[in-house]
Formats: sequence, C-alpha cells, structure tokens
Amino acid sequence: MKRLDQLLMNKNSRVVNIYFTAGYPSLDSTMSIISLLEKHGAGLIEVGMPFSDPLADGPVIQESSRIALENGMNTDLLFEQLKSLRTVSQIPVVLMGYLNPVLQYGMEKFLSMASSCGIDGLILPDLPPEVYESQYISLFEKHEIYPIFLITPQTKQERIHYLDSLSKGFLYAVSSSSTTGGKSGFNKDHLAYFERLASTDLKNPLMIGFGISNNESLETVFRYASGAIVGSAFIKNLNEKTEDFGIPAFMNHLLNKTK
Amino acid sequence: MQSETLNKRPFHSDASGFYGDFGGAFIPEMLYANVEELRNNYLEIIGSADFQKDYQKLLRNYVGRPTPLYEAGNLSKRYGARIFLKREDLNHTGAHKINNTVGQVLLARKLGKKRIIAETGAGQHGVATATVCALMQMECIVYMGSVDMERQAPNVARMRMLGAKVVPALSGSRTLKDATNEAIRDWINNPESTHYIIGSVVGPHPYPDLVARLQAVISEEIKAQLLSETGNPNPDYVIACVGGGSNAAGAFYHFLDAPEVKLIGAEAAGEGISSGKTAASLVVGKKGIIHGCLTSLMQTEDGQIVEPHSISAGLDYPGIGPLHAHLHQTHRALYYSITDNEAIKAAFELSETEGIIPALETAHALAVLEKLQLKTTDKVVVNLSGRGDKDLSTYMKILESR
Ligand SMILES: Cc1ncc(COP(=O)(O)O)c(C=O)c1O
Repeated sequence: MKRLDQLLMNKNSRVVNIYFTAGYPSLDSTMSIISLLEKHGAGLIEVGMPFSDPLADGPVIQESSRIALENGMNTDLLFEQLKSLRTVSQIPVVLMGYLNPVLQYGMEKFLSMASSCGIDGLILPDLPPEVYESQYISLFEKHEIYPIFLITPQTKQERIHYLDSLSKGFLYAVSSSSTTGGKSGFNKDHLAYFERLASTDLKNPLMIGFGISNNESLETVFRYASGAIVGSAFIKNLNEKTEDFGIPAFMNHLLNKTK
Repeated sequence: MQSETLNKRPFHSDASGFYGDFGGAFIPEMLYANVEELRNNYLEIIGSADFQKDYQKLLRNYVGRPTPLYEAGNLSKRYGARIFLKREDLNHTGAHKINNTVGQVLLARKLGKKRIIAETGAGQHGVATATVCALMQMECIVYMGSVDMERQAPNVARMRMLGAKVVPALSGSRTLKDATNEAIRDWINNPESTHYIIGSVVGPHPYPDLVARLQAVISEEIKAQLLSETGNPNPDYVIACVGGGSNAAGAFYHFLDAPEVKLIGAEAAGEGISSGKTAASLVVGKKGIIHGCLTSLMQTEDGQIVEPHSISAGLDYPGIGPLHAHLHQTHRALYYSITDNEAIKAAFELSETEGIIPALETAHALAVLEKLQLKTTDKVVVNLSGRGDKDLSTYMKILESR
C-alpha cells in the first residue's frame, strides 16, 4: 500500500500536514526541516517549490518564496536535496508549486525525478484538471505520483466530484476562497462548508487548509476531515537562528503538547 | 466569399480560449468560480441588444467616438506614403483603454457585481476604470506598481480625484506584472462581490477574447473611415504598439482575416533586446504561463518570470496577449522591437511635425514607420493609442538634457 493511502486509511487519522517553502530560511534547510517535522508530530509534508510570481499566496509565502529564490533554490537543486529523502525518512511527502517551473523543467522529467526521490504526490494549483486529464494523467500514473486537486467553498458540488475523481491520496479543501495566510480561525460559514463536505460522498480522504494557525483551529478541522494543512503560520515561526528552527516549540504549541 | 474566410476564423480563440498553442485558463481553483461565471455569460451579455444599446450610446456621447482617422500630411511627406493616424488619444481620458472599461463595467453591472478592481501600468487603464466607475457609481480599487505610481504621477492624482482607491504594489519590479498579481489576489479574496477589469488582452480565458471584442470598435471604424476616404476599407499596413496588446488587437481585429493587410506590432525593446533590460516578450520569451495564460514569456531557464524593462510603463510587461503570440508564430503579423531611444525620437517627431504629443507607448508604434520600405501609394494606419500628457515629466527630462 502506498504511503499516502496508508496514512489516511481511517477517517480519524488527525494528520497534521505542514507546508514549507524549499530554500527558506536557508538554501540547504530542506532535509533538516523534514526530519524535525517528522520527529515532532507532522504526518505529511508539503514541500513548496518557490515561484517568482506566487499569485495565490499571501505575504508570508510570497516573502519566503522570494528569499528562497534569492538563496538560489531551483528545481534541479531541490531534487538533489531530496535524493536522500527515503534513506532518512518514510513520512509521506508531496511537492506543491506553480505550473510554469514544472513545465520548463519538463513534466515527464519532473515526475520521473520526483518519483525517484520517493515523492508521493504533486499539487499544482494552476494546473486545470481538464488539462491534467487530457495531457498528463498517464504520465502521473506511469511515475506513480498522486495528483492532488483543490476545492473551495465556491466549487460546485458536481465539480467537487470531478476533482475528487481525478485526485489521489487526498482532496485538498481550502477553508475559504482566499490567498494563503489570510484570516485565521473559522466562523459559521466555514463550519457549514465543512459540514457540507463531511456529508459529501467523496472517494478521497479530505484535508482542510488555509486559516489554521493554532490548536483550536486544528481541532475544529479534525472534527470534519482526516487532516489539517498548516502553511503560513509555520513559515512565520521558522527561526533561522536556532538549530531546530523553532520547530519543536511550534509543533508542541500547535498540538497542544506540553513536552 | 467573405463569409468563407470568416467561417474559418483561424485567428480567433477556440472554446477553451486557445489561439493556436497559446491562451487557456491556467488558474487556481480559487479563481475558477469567478472566471467560469464570466466565461459562461460574457458572449451572451455583450451580444445582447440591451448591452449594445448602452455600450454604443456611451461610446458615442461619453467617450467621444468615433475617433477621427486623420491623414497626417507632414508625416506622410516625410515617409513617402499615405499615413493615417487613428486618434484613440482623443477618447475621453486620453487612450483606447476606455473602450474596454465602458464595456466591462456594463458587463459587471449585468453580473450583479458591486465592486470593481483593476491593475494599471501607465495609469491609463486605471484612470479609464476609475472614470467609468465614477459614472456608474461603483466602488473602484486600482493596483499599481509603486515605480509606476512615481513615473505616471498625474494619472495617480486623476484616479484619486475620480474617487478610486489606488493601492501600491510593492513586490518584484513594482510595475505592471506586480500590480496584476495584486489584483488577482484581491479577486481570489473577494470571490463574489467583485469584477476584475483586466486592462489588456492578457490573463485567463475569456479575458483576451472579451477585451479584444471590446476594442474591436477601433478597426470597425477604421474600415468605414478608410472606405469613405479612399474607396477601399483595407489599408496596406496597420501598426500598433503592444504591451499586453489590446490596442493592437482592436486595430487588427477586423483585418485579421484579410491577408492583404499587413499587421505590425511594436514591442518595447527597452535598452535593447540583448541588454537584459527589455520587455520584448516575443523576442526573448519562451512559451510559459503568466497570469493564467500560456503565452510567450520572459523567464529564466528555471521557469521564474524575469522582470521586464521599458521606459514606457504601459509596455513594461514580461508576457504578451495570446492572440499576438499566435499571430507572431503564424506570421500573420510582424513584430518589431523598438528601443526606449527610438520611441523618444518618434514622440518628438510627431509632436514637432503634426502637433500631437503621443503617449510613450504609442511612440513605439510610430517608431516603426522609419523601418518600413513604403511606397507612395501605400496606405498606412498607425493606431495612436494615447496622448502624452502623462509622460510630460519624462519628456521634460529629455528636453532639458538636449
Ligand atoms: C496609451 C497606451 N497605449 C498602449 C498601452 C499598452 O497596452 P495595450 O498593449 O494593451 O494596448 C497602454 C497601456 O497602458 C497605454 O496607456
């Protein structure tokens, strides 16, 4: 059984999925961050590939992307860093980024490299599902990379089913239509949306992201979904000055653990 | 005969918004509902008698259309051909941009939107948006790169006087691309109340087609005016500057299927195409995605978007509308790269020979004239996309250093 499927086998998996930008805070921090996250309670990791014009992202991820690129991060280098991934860790890892750098690298070459590093899935928010279906589906299958699609509160029920049918591993629900790192916490509209999703018959486990920054919002999401995705809040707390980047403290706080 | 060529329409977008290899809608799901709503409704709305009645009336009485097609005698003498200037600079607010904003604000109203956002480079699109929003009493927010706010300060003041909120874009090179990023982020964060008025034939489908249709009035008028002036609706050349490419799209539109009309676009070469400080996307770009559109894009080998450079804020964009990428690839249109200095020279030449101060963007189109081998019988239409008031501070600096 594939790592992602195993992780999300039962509905109450309470998986914490942490997103960070590769190359931030420093160029070679990628593998250390993955190890620290695994050790301190993350169940799944999204490695963000920085892009010059991240138009779906708010200020925090924009800034981490800018610095990562300034540090010299690029696709070749990321794969170089991830080569050793499966010798040190078995935590599921997916890559997330914008389509253009992947297209320039070459979709087939990208998937094949990702696969050889032991990457489990790929999230490309600006890859339209229709284009995925007509051009790339067999490449993803050949290289055993799971495509993961996003849904939003504005996504119509019929389209939710369409995106769910194409996704593998999990379906990524953003809590509100917003750029990343927006308002944190949830109101009754969010809860009604989560309720609707929880009662929708989905093929995939559901992960909810956007607006999760603390234990309270995390626990709220666990009531409706198999996992919660935390990005901007984590990146904001990354502290370059300490050897552990402040990760243990952040994770303990997020998970409401007193060491 | 004509209907046969019209039926094929090889230079118009298909149902998915592709012009040949270029176009499409490469957008995150967060934008899907907004873009879908527009895509499902725009053709029906802008084709409706109701919309057309309001649109035509405003174009006539508020914008001041039709704009003149002026046969420029002195310029004609200089270049040894019949040179006609399509005077889009005489539109209300001083550029072609308002043709689009009148249409899109009417469209937004039909879609029940209350809030309008826009990006702007030179500020002409921002002013045109703010103007129509004031007219129709809609809330208006304009994103503008902080570098452009400085070099196009008069337009910032105009937008503010018109009641718009001007928000500086502070990322990247702080120009048009970055303003567009911010506008798209705003739209993502306001998925229901807001209509985004893109100012050129760029962005995800249906924008390139929508904006081209709203600018097509330019070539519609050129045809009628040339017919009555010369007995033939078709010129030998149509020349227009290309930032995203909306004034060029409008000037080319009704000639696309008439191969005898040579179509020429002028891209901004900045300090030169191999200087590293350029905005000539067709020359130095490769196929890539910007703002939801697959087009010719200035980018690094790693697929990061490269910061463009042009003296003209309105042409300072690392991509280009997919229509133009397609016309370029199929050789239906020819594109010249015009440097900052060539544009400045052309701007002064038009001012001194015809008494018309053009926008810096427009000056790029005028600079093509001396590169063509023209015959005395050739009829050449230059689309005079905008007037130069907004660029006076740049022009003054050059005057002082002469
Ligand atoms: C006068 C004028 N011409 C041309 C342009 C370039 O835009 P487009 O290529 O969409 O016509 C601008 C943009 O700001 C402009 O103000």
